[in-house]
Amino acid sequence: MSTIEKYESVIGLEIHAQLLTVSKMFCRCPNRFGSLPNTQICPICTAQPGALPVINKKAVELGVRAAIALNCQTHLESIFARKNYYYPDLPKGYQITQYEQPFCTKGEVFVRFKNGDEKRIGITRIHFEEDAGKSNHESYGTLVNLNRSGVPLIEIVSEPDMRTAHEAGQYLRTIRGILRYADICDGNMEEGNFRCDANISVRLKGTEKFGTRVELKNINSFRFVEKAIEYEVQRQVLAVEDGEKIIQQTRSWNSAKNITEVMREKENAHDYRYFPEPDLPSLVISVEWLDKIRAEMPELPKQAAERFKKSFELSDYDAAVLTSSKEMAQYFEKVVAESKNGKSSANWVMNELLGRLNAVGKEIESSPVTAGQLSELIVKIDSGQISGKIAKTVFEEMFATGKDASSIITEKGFVQISDPAALENAIRKVIESHPSQTAEYRAGKIKLLGFFVGQVMKETQGQANPALLNELVKKLLDQ
Amino acid sequence: MEFGIQTIKELLSGYQKKQFKPSEVIGAYLTNISERDEKINSFLQVRIEESLGRAKRLDEKMCEAETLPLFGIPIAIKDNFLVSGWQATAGSKILSGYVSPYTATSVERLEAMGAIVIGKVNCDEFAMGSSNENSAFGNVRNPWDLERVPGGSSGGSAAAVAAGFASVSLGTDTGGSIRQPASLCGLVGLKPSYGRVSRYGVISYASSLDQVGPFSRTVWDSARVLEVMAGFDDRDATSSKRSVPKYTEELKNISEKKFTLGVSRKWLEGVDPDVAKSFEAGLEMFKKAGGKIIEIDLPHARYALSTYYLLATSEASSNLARYDGVHYGYRTQSATTSEELYSRSRGEGFGREVKLRIMLGTYALSAGYYDAFYLKANQVRKKIQEDFEKAFTQCDFVVAPTSPSTAFKLGEKTDDPLKMYLSDIFTLPVNLAGLPGLSIPCGLDSKNLPIGFQLIGKPFGESVLFEAAQQFEALRGEFPLPGFLEGACRR
Repeated sequence: MSTIEKYESVIGLEIHAQLLTVSKMFCRCPNRFGSLPNTQICPICTAQPGALPVINKKAVELGVRAAIALNCQTHLESIFARKNYYYPDLPKGYQITQYEQPFCTKGEVFVRFKNGDEKRIGITRIHFEEDAGKSNHESYGTLVNLNRSGVPLIEIVSEPDMRTAHEAGQYLRTIRGILRYADICDGNMEEGNFRCDANISVRLKGTEKFGTRVELKNINSFRFVEKAIEYEVQRQVLAVEDGEKIIQQTRSWNSAKNITEVMREKENAHDYRYFPEPDLPSLVISVEWLDKIRAEMPELPKQAAERFKKSFELSDYDAAVLTSSKEMAQYFEKVVAESKNGKSSANWVMNELLGRLNAVGKEIESSPVTAGQLSELIVKIDSGQISGKIAKTVFEEMFATGKDASSIITEKGFVQISDPAALENAIRKVIESHPSQTAEYRAGKIKLLGFFVGQVMKETQGQANPALLNELVKKLLDQ
Repeated sequence: MEFGIQTIKELLSGYQKKQFKPSEVIGAYLTNISERDEKINSFLQVRIEESLGRAKRLDEKMCEAETLPLFGIPIAIKDNFLVSGWQATAGSKILSGYVSPYTATSVERLEAMGAIVIGKVNCDEFAMGSSNENSAFGNVRNPWDLERVPGGSSGGSAAAVAAGFASVSLGTDTGGSIRQPASLCGLVGLKPSYGRVSRYGVISYASSLDQVGPFSRTVWDSARVLEVMAGFDDRDATSSKRSVPKYTEELKNISEKKFTLGVSRKWLEGVDPDVAKSFEAGLEMFKKAGGKIIEIDLPHARYALSTYYLLATSEASSNLARYDGVHYGYRTQSATTSEELYSRSRGEGFGREVKLRIMLGTYALSAGYYDAFYLKANQVRKKIQEDFEKAFTQCDFVVAPTSPSTAFKLGEKTDDPLKMYLSDIFTLPVNLAGLPGLSIPCGLDSKNLPIGFQLIGKPFGESVLFEAAQQFEALRGEFPLPGFLEGACRR
């Protein structure tokens, strides 16, 4: 057993997800990414004297939707609190959040792995809060952009239920999938509307007591999540092995150096002086409203997977992969709708398309082959216009050029030969040029049939209709 | 001085009879200010051209005097209200030069009904104080005795009306900041129920206690201003959705109701003898109208001061965090790091009392102290509310002097914050309980200084308060004018 295998890591995640509302959490400014700096601001989100917050109902609705999707308990009454600290992009000098009485607690989510395993990860709580503005540190000073100030967020806090970086990564992807499915959050880590901090500790396997925990921040891309956590786990294990004490601290992932670095020690931790936000009454969610939100819930990945399994006779794993994101599911559904062949659509999407996308590091949203194009290809196979084998070549070309199957087939003359007369000619030629094999076959060595089929395929550059070819070769050899 | 002491009712009546025009009235008030405010220092800015312009536009529409409830009424507002395009300082150097980008809901509603805001008046810095001596822009003097304070924190609002510079004014009351100066300046001052008037656009001191209210010469005027500006505002989540009664309609006739007044003698111990005497005379007046005085118990009222100074300062420590030198207002010249920018801008921008309260509040909210201070204070607050709830099962309203003493000398209490804080012992519990409180002048002390009588009502019971106060007003008769106006104006 190697050193690292003697230990297990204990990981909990805090996810910040921006809500897909039209306006901000406490004012009517637009909630939109990428506008010119400081153009989406008002007296409230810039903390002018006398300005007061008012709760955005749509944000509450989306939060409750998340609570339902993550099997949480929604509290009909919750309170907002102020988290006090000074920072230039926090103009009020406090963030409005929820502290002692969040709107949602005690949930769970099931994370599925490639080998078919499933793991339950507990959700401690979900609460509302507002985003801060953005500080851009330039050589000549710091620029503050308040467009993001007051954008609605939910923070989803997990139990420390994850034991490996991979589990944490899969959990994060699962949550993202659910939030995107239910139109709660865009889930774009690079644009910052889906962010994650990790609490990490290590302990000897078999022990119960948690190790000292380190908070890891600034994991701002899916590409880093596992790498950053793995690094931190390893760092802690090595430190413990060296007899060092893990210090409770906040560390930051440096993606340029691929290491974690100290941000601040516990002694320098802020005293946020939380207290109930006196400008807002408690948040009351009526039973009727809760029921309405529940009734209007969009389909979630798990439900979609069940539906796919039933309608298209897919395996658990296939169904899970095809519903891993909303875009994936939508893509697949479109292919099936036009190709009318579930099994084949699943195979093409999972084996060919996803394999190729993974290889070039692209997501389904930016696939060069559209769902319509892929379904056209499947239809051509099913109608016997091209063989499966040629189809793969055509697909390669489609993926590389983005062209339609039909134009590639025409260009390259990839039409399947289904004319019996033409095929018979080719077969006769092969029989004539292989007299000894012909004799052996006719003497009873029937498995040579494949040899002849192969030869004719070669002769026709793979364009022979396989079913017809088989039939004709047999017929002519048996004559 | 032709104009200066007219009530809203009198001005409206004159406009309706076409005896004078808004431009004459506004012009006269503006002249009063320019000629005489030097002695009082109540105005921080006077908007001469704007208010005259508005008045002239109203001159063209005299018929609207019949329909607009505040047609051509000159009004002064405390400098912690925002008016778009105007400076707002809240009496602090840290906001000097700050120009408001929007207008407070209460001001917007008054203006929409014909009121003319002629300027903004001095106050204690961020409404923290009981004497107006904490303003970065100088003391305000009491028109009854220029050596004395007008009270605070809305000292400028009180002095301006008392001195004949505005017909009515707006103030804010967090622990007595309307009622106490009204008492010290011989005016009617109303702190409405919490949530009755929108706080949007009013610079926060302590959000859960702050309320906007009017200063006026009469109860009817107070009712008129409140009925115009009260009511739900979708920009203030703490404003109430309860409908607003037509208070002045309810005041058409002097009430003959026999009220039951609750008095807690234990609470009133230690009151200045002149004030006590005048208060007793006030009680007698209600009795004369058939009223009944009963003894009530407010066992937790004695904790109001400490409760208030924990809760109000806690909220203030957070509310005032936005004045940081980064986004607007005063910024230090000497900072080299962001830490220094914060500490020096705030250190140089805030005055002593504000710093004292921010520190107290920061401490009360700190880890390890929160439970003992903030949380405990909130529990006591509930007890105080319950005391009043219980009292109101026995009486129509609770009465007390507004302030334990009359106007004190400038500088008399500035060295001893606790002594200063005691000015508010009879007003603080009312804010903690979220109740409406009204101060009405009830007499003069031996130094010829006004004394205020406070009526405290049930939540959203402003109607009853006005009704009782008007009954009291009728029995009391006309209240004398301050020395400052003697010989200066005709009645």
